[in-house]
Amino acid sequence: MLSETEIKRNKLQKKILVVLLILCLITPIGIMLPAYFNAGDAWGEWSAQTVKELVGYVPAGLAKYSDIWKAPLPDYDVKNADRSLIHKSGYYIVSGIAGSTITYVVMLLISKLIVRNGK
Amino acid sequence: MHIPDGYLSPQTYIPLFGVFVSAAAIAVKKVKNEVYARNIPYLGMAAAFSFIIMMFNLPIPGGTTGHAVGSAVIAIIFGPWAALLAVSVAIIIQALIFGDGGITAIGANCFNMAVFMPFTAYYIFKLFSKNNARKSRMSFASFIAGYLSLVLAAILTAVEFGIQPLIASAPDGKALYCPYDLSIAVPAMAIEHMLLFGIVEGIITAIIVNYFLKTEPTLIYAFRNRDKKE
Repeated sequence: MLSETEIKRNKLQKKILVVLLILCLITPIGIMLPAYFNAGDAWGEWSAQTVKELVGYVPAGLAKYSDIWKAPLPDYDVKNADRSLIHKSGYYIVSGIAGSTITYVVMLLISKLIVRNGK
Repeated sequence: MHIPDGYLSPQTYIPLFGVFVSAAAIAVKKVKNEVYARNIPYLGMAAAFSFIIMMFNLPIPGGTTGHAVGSAVIAIIFGPWAALLAVSVAIIIQALIFGDGGITAIGANCFNMAVFMPFTAYYIFKLFSKNNARKSRMSFASFIAGYLSLVLAAILTAVEFGIQPLIASAPDGKALYCPYDLSIAVPAMAIEHMLLFGIVEGIITAIIVNYFLKTEPTLIYAFRNRDKKE
């Protein structure tokens, strides 16, 4: 038998997971709003090409290091021919679910390894 | 606020990586005893929350984008040391898998958003809540903690960008890394976070702290020692 506090805790945790899932499903807001309001990159997160347009040259260090890492899913997207907002939104949701699930599992494992307070 | 590769010189990102690793090592020791085993699932959820909330890019119309981080609310509810680990995991996954934030800048990004921000938020919350249990006071303290911690973290990030032309320029005067100096970076990042992203971080912090205050007040780390003489 679970105690009353345990039941309450399980209920709260389930609720949080549902909220997290809903957040994943509405993440495309995070690409649609900027598109609608014609807003571009975050400050300081421009590509080397964009920096060249902004200041007239690509700083040597930036040119050397900007592509040092090839992420499997850059910008929460799969680069293919279809650039429509609908397709981007689909990949954004998939990235959100995959990324948050991996983050959840990694943090859970790390916590399990660390925490020694059995209360 | 995710600094990409190539914007920071090694003189900047190597020390920041060192500071981050040291802070994370202390966090591991702290979390070992501070967190109750039954609350482990919450830490996973906190990390996932931070990951997702950072995907909600918000626009400055016709300008740049930015987002909330979630560090403030995690620090208030689960403590700044647990927040340090949770948000770091989110930032490292973002860098490795999604290319959001650079590999060389992992230490800097974790330092700004996962070390500096949660501690700033936590102490601002303590300062403004003054152990006062009134709901309006709690909402106010949570909002201010979220708002200020994000704005200050953005300014810290801007300083890291802005010192690059000073410390790393080619002989011809051209910047090697971030080309903008402090006079441009700091106002740009401070203003956008003061006008929009900080407000969103503040509102999220207030809503969630409020909810936990109603449903699981005993869980809240910031109140743990409230009734004890400190």
